[in-house]
Amino acid sequence: MLDVDRIRADFPILSHIEKGRPLIYLDNAATSQKPIQVIKALEAFYTEYNANIHRGVYKIAERATAAYEATREKVRQFISASEANEVIFTRNTTESLNVVARSWGEANVKAGDKVVVTLLEHHSNMVPWQLLARKRRAKLEFVSINQDGTLDMEDFKEKVEGAKVVAFTHVSNVVGTINPVCDMTRMAKREGALVVVDGAQAAPHMPVNVSEIGCDFYAFSAHKMLGPTGVGVLYGRRELLEEMPPFLAGGDMISEVHLSGASWNEVPWKFEAGTSNVGDVIAFASAIDYLTVIGMANVRKHEKALTEYALTRLTELDGVKVYGPMEAEKRGGVVPFTIKGVHPHDIAAHLDGMRIAVRSGYHCAQPLHEWLGVQSTARASFYIYNRQDEVDALVEGLKKTSKVFVG
Amino acid sequence: MSEDIYKEVVLDHYRSPRNFGRLNSPDFSASDNNPLCGDHVEMAVKLKDGRVDQVKFIGRGCAISMASASIITELVQGMSLEDLRSFDKEQVLEAMGNPDLGPVRIKCALLPLKTLKLGLYNYLAKQGSQTTSDRGVTP
Repeated sequence: MLDVDRIRADFPILSHIEKGRPLIYLDNAATSQKPIQVIKALEAFYTEYNANIHRGVYKIAERATAAYEATREKVRQFISASEANEVIFTRNTTESLNVVARSWGEANVKAGDKVVVTLLEHHSNMVPWQLLARKRRAKLEFVSINQDGTLDMEDFKEKVEGAKVVAFTHVSNVVGTINPVCDMTRMAKREGALVVVDGAQAAPHMPVNVSEIGCDFYAFSAHKMLGPTGVGVLYGRRELLEEMPPFLAGGDMISEVHLSGASWNEVPWKFEAGTSNVGDVIAFASAIDYLTVIGMANVRKHEKALTEYALTRLTELDGVKVYGPMEAEKRGGVVPFTIKGVHPHDIAAHLDGMRIAVRSGYHCAQPLHEWLGVQSTARASFYIYNRQDEVDALVEGLKKTSKVFVG
Repeated sequence: MSEDIYKEVVLDHYRSPRNFGRLNSPDFSASDNNPLCGDHVEMAVKLKDGRVDQVKFIGRGCAISMASASIITELVQGMSLEDLRSFDKEQVLEAMGNPDLGPVRIKCALLPLKTLKLGLYNYLAKQGSQTTSDRGVTP
């Protein structure tokens, strides 16, 4: 088990008191808090060696370049990719998925081709494919889900037949479902489809091995895993990246430019046009180090225990309905719920009065909410620094909320 | 945003909304949504001698939007069309006990007012064109 008290001491925001109360932060699926190590790495970059990368020949530019490229290697190790050059830095998961849909998609998907996504997707792994399908006059099909929020694997099997692209989330940001990504990739690959995995809710919370999954692309964000905002990762298989046209054009992504045309830089720089988010990428390395020391299997174990506890406590409450798989084994640390007679926005606003931060709304997954038959939900999501007593505080808070609004 | 936005008057109107329901053959009505929260509200008004005689609303949404709709139905009761035209957001927010709702939730609070005005302006535009032709007055 994790030494949670020791971990908490590394997160300054958790000991920051407002209105006489500490923050109870349960919106980790939206973004995580940052440990002092990451904050200090940012400070060190800006106070000691801030410089643009890949071009300057002076010392601090070389130091910045080395640190930037060292993060790429850390990411490679973190997800067990075979080469660091298969790791592209973007702004966020959304941008990573758009790179695939736009760059690979527009070059390869033709009229009548089948693109398959699932009902569990975040808008960022749905809308880029909708746009691509419209542009290319391709067919877009959606894999349905079971009553408990797990994917309907029979339907998946049917839908992937003859598919050109299959895109799915590793872990749902709404109902927390952990998809059997290895099996799904194998099934889609058997059909010769390109496999794109949205790992935004998985990479921060459990061991991820892209070589074992066997997918073609895997996308995630630094800010949900202790890192700074503004850094996304796109892992892509080398052969595919080599063939793909660039996503954005400009500085740093070119090899040679003449008035008659230009040739592209090598992978991965071909996909990193313009000045990168140097400082944040460098600080991201400290986040990866932090998680590596703890161990991702331990992170998962801690969250699983907390989720199990939260599922038990929340379902005991009158009028509270919890969505998604009921076994913690099948879900990440994401627990959406509603209270009969209370709008989710009121739940979140009322809890905020007790300095408990939860999310409310569609969580960027409107089609999934339509399927669940609810306008919106409130959502608690956990990370390494959350404790059982914070779940208790949530439960006590919800009792008060219920009393205030329902009477 | 904090629990302070839930003044007793807001909670009271949310728990027991006034004038909730449909109005048969209203003189004007309108409906609108707030896509952020998924709030939906429909406001309907019946007039008598140029004044608001009956006003009802139906809707679904957060406490702020539903309480606001309920409070508005009480505030505009008996108003002349002129008064209704100048009825504004300050009056609504003051009645909710909350002049500073914050940029997000103010959209919830003002949805019913926006909807009511939408119905009113459509009605006035229609009446205006009729009155103009009836009386032969040029605007």
